[in-house]
Amino acid sequence: MSIEVQNITKSFGNFLALNDVSLYVKTGELVALLGPSGSGKTTLLRIIAGLEEADEGSGPVLFNNHNVANSKIGDRGVGFVFQHYALFRHMTVFENVAFGLRVRPRETRPDNGEIRRRVLELLRLVQLDTQANRYPHQLSGGQRQRVALARALAVEPQVLLLDEPFGALDAKVRVELRQWLRRLHDEIHLTSVFVTHDQDEALEVADRVAVMSAGKVEQFATPNEVFHKPATEFVMNFLGSVNKFRGQITDGKVRLGGQYIMDVPENTEEAKLFVRPHELLISHKKTPNSFNLRAVVKRIHSAGARVRVELETHSGDPMTAEMTHAMLSDLNLETGQEVYVTPCNIHVFGSDEHSLEE
Amino acid sequence: MSISRQNTDEPPFVRYLLITIAITFMALFLLLPLILVFYCAFEEGLTTYWTALTSRRTIRAIGVTLLTVGIAVPINVLFGIMSAWCLGKFNFWGKSLLISLIDLPFAVSPVIAGLLFVILFGMHSIFGDWLMANFGIKILHTTTATVIATMFVTFPFVTRELLPTMQAQGSEEELAARVLGANGLQIFFRVTLPNIKWALLYGVVLCNARAMGEFGAVNVVSHGGKNNTLSLLIYETYQSDLVAAFAVSTLLALMAIVTLVLKTYIEMKTQDE
Repeated sequence: MSIEVQNITKSFGNFLALNDVSLYVKTGELVALLGPSGSGKTTLLRIIAGLEEADEGSGPVLFNNHNVANSKIGDRGVGFVFQHYALFRHMTVFENVAFGLRVRPRETRPDNGEIRRRVLELLRLVQLDTQANRYPHQLSGGQRQRVALARALAVEPQVLLLDEPFGALDAKVRVELRQWLRRLHDEIHLTSVFVTHDQDEALEVADRVAVMSAGKVEQFATPNEVFHKPATEFVMNFLGSVNKFRGQITDGKVRLGGQYIMDVPENTEEAKLFVRPHELLISHKKTPNSFNLRAVVKRIHSAGARVRVELETHSGDPMTAEMTHAMLSDLNLETGQEVYVTPCNIHVFGSDEHSLEE
Repeated sequence: MSISRQNTDEPPFVRYLLITIAITFMALFLLLPLILVFYCAFEEGLTTYWTALTSRRTIRAIGVTLLTVGIAVPINVLFGIMSAWCLGKFNFWGKSLLISLIDLPFAVSPVIAGLLFVILFGMHSIFGDWLMANFGIKILHTTTATVIATMFVTFPFVTRELLPTMQAQGSEEELAARVLGANGLQIFFRVTLPNIKWALLYGVVLCNARAMGEFGAVNVVSHGGKNNTLSLLIYETYQSDLVAAFAVSTLLALMAIVTLVLKTYIEMKTQDE
């Protein structure tokens, strides 16, 4: 089932949580709403679920082109996984999952045998069939998360919504569980939207990522696109660390240290240049035909899969470069050394914070 | 372990002194009176005790007390759950005022509460005259007045016990139940009520104990005699027949002990969960 929200605005008192947001999620897609806290991502998710109402004058929420604004939460066909799971603490795992079926009106309620069959099937799907008789407080965080997921799936929803599904788990379990969620999605193909503030999680799991900031969607594209072609300065900044430079504009051309970077429209006043650490090359000699910046090596962090080198320019600006261990040993870098730094891929943003590329 | 104990503990002398003072104080002010009640009750033998307990006025007082408790406690439980539910799970204008208002019976002396009902329902009062003229109902000096006064005094117990539990639990589980398609009644009986059952039981036990022992407010609105509750009867007989007064007192004292045991049991239960 496709999900579409049109021109949604939502404010809490003076705080504008969502500012005229529109979004279209295709059938069977797995979409991440990514943003810092206060960006409105959870509010958007709750409006889709019907847990929150959009302000007057907002557009509709459409499921398969059908307006659900007036249908009750329970009738929307939504499976919702809460951030802190909200498992029923006095019920066993089995009863938690069975709840959605047990509260159905008599005409549509399956009989006990059928409920049992379906709950056990779901528990097998989330690999918890051996834990059916335990209580939520006897489970680990990752197990609780999977119970919450099974409970949401039990009502056979058309749409699955997850609020910070891995937020409360420790790092290792997080990674395992998000890979598992991706595989699960590939198996059941349920249209799903999840909220996260962790860019790795969004980029790894989602088909498309909606990057949100201050109540607006900054960019809605595939993980590859938001990472390699960020539409705004915010997206660039949020998806990993950056080095900033200020370009000079003359005759519609942006230059960095005299070196030509790109053409820009006539009336452009400002050009902000961003370079990711792994796209900053370090060498002992000047690189011909490109911008070279003198810098001093301040620190080398080599405990990790990649090496991070902290540098400082003569004017005292800090920079970070990232490289492989092989590159580091080729360079023979040491702290205190003076080197040349060359960017190999530059993202340029104008004064309105939008990308100036293409 | 042993090092940290030495460093953080007071010297043995101070410890034993404090423990001795605490135990002596409790024995003197809590245990001794309780023992004395039973001692005085049985002072003139088991037969006198039994006669005092089975006398008509005692039986009648037990009846009035049970009736009062039987009406006041369930009604307070109902309203207590309702008020805790709406205060704990929803936000609305005037909420904090309502929370303070619920504590009013705790803040006001029971005697004043009693006087309040005399002013409301007594002779030549607003409600008293109106009820008498239109329905021929007399409230003051009847068991009805006793029930109303008891209800007023014991009103906060259930709400006060439930509110912190409900606030701590939040309304996420209810929200989850709603998304899963449950209606209001199903949410209450399947999710909310099971989550608060121990707090509720605790509130009921306290409310019940207080309702049985209520004296001040009831003393003002009751006329004694036929409408005596146990505590009023004790007060009345205390002037003339000391042994009878203590005999009846043992009933309330036993009730108190049962309450304490129940209370401890529930506290243990809630800690388990």
